[in-house]
Amino acid sequence: MKSKHMALALLLVLMLALLSGCHGSRGLSPFEIPNELDLSRTHEITFWAKNDTNITQVEIYEKAIADFEKLYPNIRVNMRLYTDYGRIYNDVITNIATGTTPNVCITYPDHIATYMTGVNSVVALDELLIDERYGLGGSALMFDSPTREEIVPQFLGECMLEGRYYALPYMRSTEALYINKTFVEKLGYTLPEKMTWDFIWEVSDAAALKDEEGVYALNGQKVMIPFIYKSTDNMMIQMLRQKDAGYSTAEGEVLIFNDDTKDLLYTIADHVKKGAFSTFKISSYPANFLNAGQCVFAIDSTAGATWMGPDAPLIDISDDKLVDFEIEIMPIPQFDPENPSMISQGPSVCLFNKEDPQEVLASWLFMQYLLTNDVQIAYSSTEGYVPVTSKAQQSEAYQEYLARRGEDNQLYYDVKIDASKLLMEHVDDTFVTPVYNGSASLRNAAGQMIEEVTKSVRRKKTVDDAYIEKLYADMVSLYRLDSTGQGAASTVDSGSLGELPAMSAALLSGIALAWVLIIAYVLREAWKKKKAAVR
Amino acid sequence: MKKFIAALLTLSMLFAGCAALAEGIMTHADYVAAELDSEVVVETYVQAKQSWWDNKATFYCQSEDGAYFLYEMACSEEEFAKLVPGTKIRVTGYKAEWAGEVEIVDATYEILEGSFIAEAADVTALLGTDELIAHQNEFVTFKGMTVVGIEYKNGEPGDDIYVTLSKNDQEYSFCVERYLTDPETEVYKAVGELKAGDVIDVEGYLYWYEGVNTHITSVKAAA
Repeated sequence: MKSKHMALALLLVLMLALLSGCHGSRGLSPFEIPNELDLSRTHEITFWAKNDTNITQVEIYEKAIADFEKLYPNIRVNMRLYTDYGRIYNDVITNIATGTTPNVCITYPDHIATYMTGVNSVVALDELLIDERYGLGGSALMFDSPTREEIVPQFLGECMLEGRYYALPYMRSTEALYINKTFVEKLGYTLPEKMTWDFIWEVSDAAALKDEEGVYALNGQKVMIPFIYKSTDNMMIQMLRQKDAGYSTAEGEVLIFNDDTKDLLYTIADHVKKGAFSTFKISSYPANFLNAGQCVFAIDSTAGATWMGPDAPLIDISDDKLVDFEIEIMPIPQFDPENPSMISQGPSVCLFNKEDPQEVLASWLFMQYLLTNDVQIAYSSTEGYVPVTSKAQQSEAYQEYLARRGEDNQLYYDVKIDASKLLMEHVDDTFVTPVYNGSASLRNAAGQMIEEVTKSVRRKKTVDDAYIEKLYADMVSLYRLDSTGQGAASTVDSGSLGELPAMSAALLSGIALAWVLIIAYVLREAWKKKKAAVR
Repeated sequence: MKKFIAALLTLSMLFAGCAALAEGIMTHADYVAAELDSEVVVETYVQAKQSWWDNKATFYCQSEDGAYFLYEMACSEEEFAKLVPGTKIRVTGYKAEWAGEVEIVDATYEILEGSFIAEAADVTALLGTDELIAHQNEFVTFKGMTVVGIEYKNGEPGDDIYVTLSKNDQEYSFCVERYLTDPETEVYKAVGELKAGDVIDVEGYLYWYEGVNTHITSVKAAA
């Protein structure tokens, strides 16, 4: 009898415990900086890195890890390599659910906004940044870290989500216009000092002329894409920004489905119809068309500069297809050339929370190490990237690198160095789009509309108001844009379901009280029976 | 009686042909002749699955008269599991070309009765000729190829392996596509162990990327 009562009591206690936890998992506790890094233990951390299919970048990551492990022999860094941001994003999302995220991860702020829906899954860096010992430029660091002030403010600002820093910038790039100047001049045009969309479309239309056999007058080949764009997401986003047209609010209200967007899509459709425009997703890499003399204007990242031009260090087409031409690199075309506007992009690094704060601190040190001059200068020199710290940008080593422009077609490839300079000269003209839970979907939709319109015209479909209206509806549905921005603010540092509403809290308290009373009653009855039995 | 059966058979074949025509189903020759960006409908058989991602899947398919590459066809993960090699499907999509690879995109499909697995066609003699592209996407074999070198895309195992092989002093690009044959597969490991000078027979799908770039599915020492 006694054991039955005990079992009953235990069961009730268990139910109470379950009840107290029924508001979903609370996830990890917020990270708190340990007083001291425990050097008596081995810390094994994982770093998910992204490279641009560039072996040199992989080697730089490997060297950074080796150098870091020499400084901190008890921290072991395991790297997993990706060549695609989308894959990293999807793998992180999967691993948040299973609690197996990496420690440090190359990423985009848009993606972090989604990662943050996991409870305390991403570490807010505000306290870490200014920690006297382990923060940027901290006294306990075993390497020469940049101070917070030495990170380019625009780039650091891009890592702020909902008022807190959730990432550090790692590299920055923008987009550039790579031009076959030989072709432009052959068509009778002179490149303007500041590139406009009108000029691009006019020359592209002229370049699309071909004979009855399908041979283009400009290159004598059967293939010619006068203007090709790598990232149509960026194309739409930048065009809208330059027109001061709606995209989204900072809170996540979607504004993109407007008349300005429609006008832009009509313009694009018009030039697709003339054979003047295509995209990477539809045709292939812009660099391949440019280098084969099958393209006049190619817009791609400055981080793709090493693939651009007949003397480029990286070439992806066979020698017999490569043609010689004079290449020019310029900022992307503008609607208002006196007030240029271009996107700031490039990888950032974020820090994932773990049960063990020592592991997080060790990971933070590695993350910070990626901002040291050696890593910054080496990695940025692999492509048309720009180091994210003024410390690296102003260093003697980086200045010497820039000054040696054109000395060879490898490390000092002129197009690549010009691409880096282009961004450094236009840092104040760069912008980023608002980041919130769902902003990555809006970005995808922005590009997909251009892809859809381009494909539809090629497939001889009519692009009119009814088409655009349906396209807008399809995008809303496909990318669930009717629900973006919701809940992003409430997920940070609180439960995945947010704080309990007062009514729910009262109800749960009532249930808990009822169970306490039931237990008390059962125990009281049991005690009474026991007492009676003794008598 | 024989005449009657023959007539019946002819009629039924005619009906079947008419039904196919009515549904706009193309032969491989029709498909080859179709313009880029036009709608195409083909009946074919799954030979290999490259990847499934975000409800889109990529397949190597082949029929008795030619092969098709289906890029990112709408497909749920559950359906992807059903589309095993040999499965017959009717595909409706658009003919496209990406870096020289002719493929069917934005496609939908339905599963049909029937099964077919292609034998590897020996196209060694066509290397370096204009005729090779007529076999694009087919399951093929190249015999007696000499290894020039291999290179991991990321400098280490994990991603694609770029393989350069030669025949009659001409070099050709091949690839171990990690989404088709991941690092745990025999072929990925076997290719990783190849040494310059090895002479091998190769099987794979005749993919195109800025020129022929076969996706290798098996290698073995040349017979």
